Amino acid sequence: MSQARRSDWLFHLYMVLFLAYMLLPLIVMGGAAFNDSRFPSVYPWVGFTDRWFVELWNDGRMWIAFGNTIVVAFAVVVLSVPIGTAAAILINSVAGTTRAVLYGLMVAPILTPGAVIGISTLLFWNKFSVPAGLHLSVLGQVSYIAAFVMLLVLARLQSFDRALEEAALDLGASHAQVVRRILLPHLYPAIGAGAAIAFFQSIENFNTTLFTRGTYDTLTVYVFSKVRSGITPTINALALILISVTVVCAIWYEIARRRSERRAALEAAPA
Amino acid sequence: MNDLLARYGAALTALFAALTAFWLLALVVLPDLYLFENSFRPYLPLADMGGPKDFYSLNNYLTFFRSPIHIQVFVWTIVYSSVVTVLCFVIAYPLAYYLAKVARSNVVPTLFLLLLIPLWVSEVLRAFAWFIILALKGPLNFALLGIGIVDQPIRWMTGFRSVVIGLVYTYVLFMLFPLYNAIQSLDTNQIEAAEDLGSPWWRTHWRVILPHAKPGIASGSVMVFMLSAGSILVPTLLASTNSRWFTEIIQQWMFESQDWNTGSAYAFLLLLLCTVFVSVVMRLFRVKLSDIAK
Repeated sequence: MSQARRSDWLFHLYMVLFLAYMLLPLIVMGGAAFNDSRFPSVYPWVGFTDRWFVELWNDGRMWIAFGNTIVVAFAVVVLSVPIGTAAAILINSVAGTTRAVLYGLMVAPILTPGAVIGISTLLFWNKFSVPAGLHLSVLGQVSYIAAFVMLLVLARLQSFDRALEEAALDLGASHAQVVRRILLPHLYPAIGAGAAIAFFQSIENFNTTLFTRGTYDTLTVYVFSKVRSGITPTINALALILISVTVVCAIWYEIARRRSERRAALEAAPA
Repeated sequence: MNDLLARYGAALTALFAALTAFWLLALVVLPDLYLFENSFRPYLPLADMGGPKDFYSLNNYLTFFRSPIHIQVFVWTIVYSSVVTVLCFVIAYPLAYYLAKVARSNVVPTLFLLLLIPLWVSEVLRAFAWFIILALKGPLNFALLGIGIVDQPIRWMTGFRSVVIGLVYTYVLFMLFPLYNAIQSLDTNQIEAAEDLGSPWWRTHWRVILPHAKPGIASGSVMVFMLSAGSILVPTLLASTNSRWFTEIIQQWMFESQDWNTGSAYAFLLLLLCTVFVSVVMRLFRVKLSDIAK
């Protein structure tokens, strides 16, 4: 739709309103971190303070939860990336009913509520006398996060030229070489994206973790229990830090994208 | 399979199959089957397990069907999750159309980046943000009073109002992105052809764009409904005493009563609800599972 229309300004306005709707709550929450009031709010504004950040820094429980979250996230990445990649390669080579059944089983965890995944994981491993704890949280999270990796890798496999593998085999490459030198390099972008998504999904996860964590805290559980039992603006301080990290990552990504776009434009231009 | 063997050899094929089998069996199928089996067994002290009292029965499910309150909460959860799904669609559809067909293509990545920020912020914090905003003496009431729209502060956190507000905010992006993908794949020439042939804008949407966006609508609806019905954070933080969510009852069985068997029966009901919803949407929109999961 190249030509400008009279109704366009309505769309622009709606877009701006929606962005405000999405971002203002985060700004309000972050702003409350600086308010010197016992209840987290931006109004009434009592005065500027940094004491909530100091309190957060001195909160030992927060640091333990933070450490747990990072450990769990890394474990989830380490497990779900190989599983998702293997599953994608496997399903790409079968057809018919087998493929449909396998595919259904693989995407089902995405459509399952996190609470159900958490409870079934807890019960199942409890049968083998595995107590609740962060290891179960990892397994519960992997069960659906591996599906995201699988979908990303499967999409990437569609653009893979399988004749390359045949050529390599004909020229005497071993099976391991075919995977390492031909297949995996093609999949790396999808594997990288899958790892990033797995990491962030794991950090965000609450529902599955809640039922499997035992007595351990992760960051989301910590925030949740803080909010329920006497809220203090330290949560806002934590929120502001997390949002800032997100925004910095987003800006960094945008700069990288623009730079590569400019480079592509330069290369396309006749010398 | 033979194809895999020829390309990657026996060892690697076995590795791929083993990883996939571990995932699907140990992490997906068997835990769910075990949940199902457990939901028919009584809650017993450890000593009685496997004893004469340990037999299959429908008692855990009868607990649900004999409790009018639990049934009521279940129904409200379905009703309000549907309301949230419809609201998300109404809000997201014009935006998806705007991003796919109206906005200049060089600003779209930046807009997406801005939209992704709330998605990367944890759900618990997004619910918490609305907890602050909707407080009786919070910024929203202050702003409304300031503009003069209301002359009394509104008590937002009563009934399901605040839950719906929180859920829409938290999950609307899960509707927006699939819708955008679907509309974006529509050839713009088709829209222009409809307009050149004299179709008014609403008919273009109804007859050309909406039918094409069906997989996106199905995908978005399934995600939003499942996430809403299964949400724990938003209802716990934003609900009042007169608005309970089904997941809260599951939590009660699991943590307060420590009755994991009844808990698994209730969890299975939630799973069943979501499965039914997915099948109904797939039938209604005539889409395949591979269209939904993208």
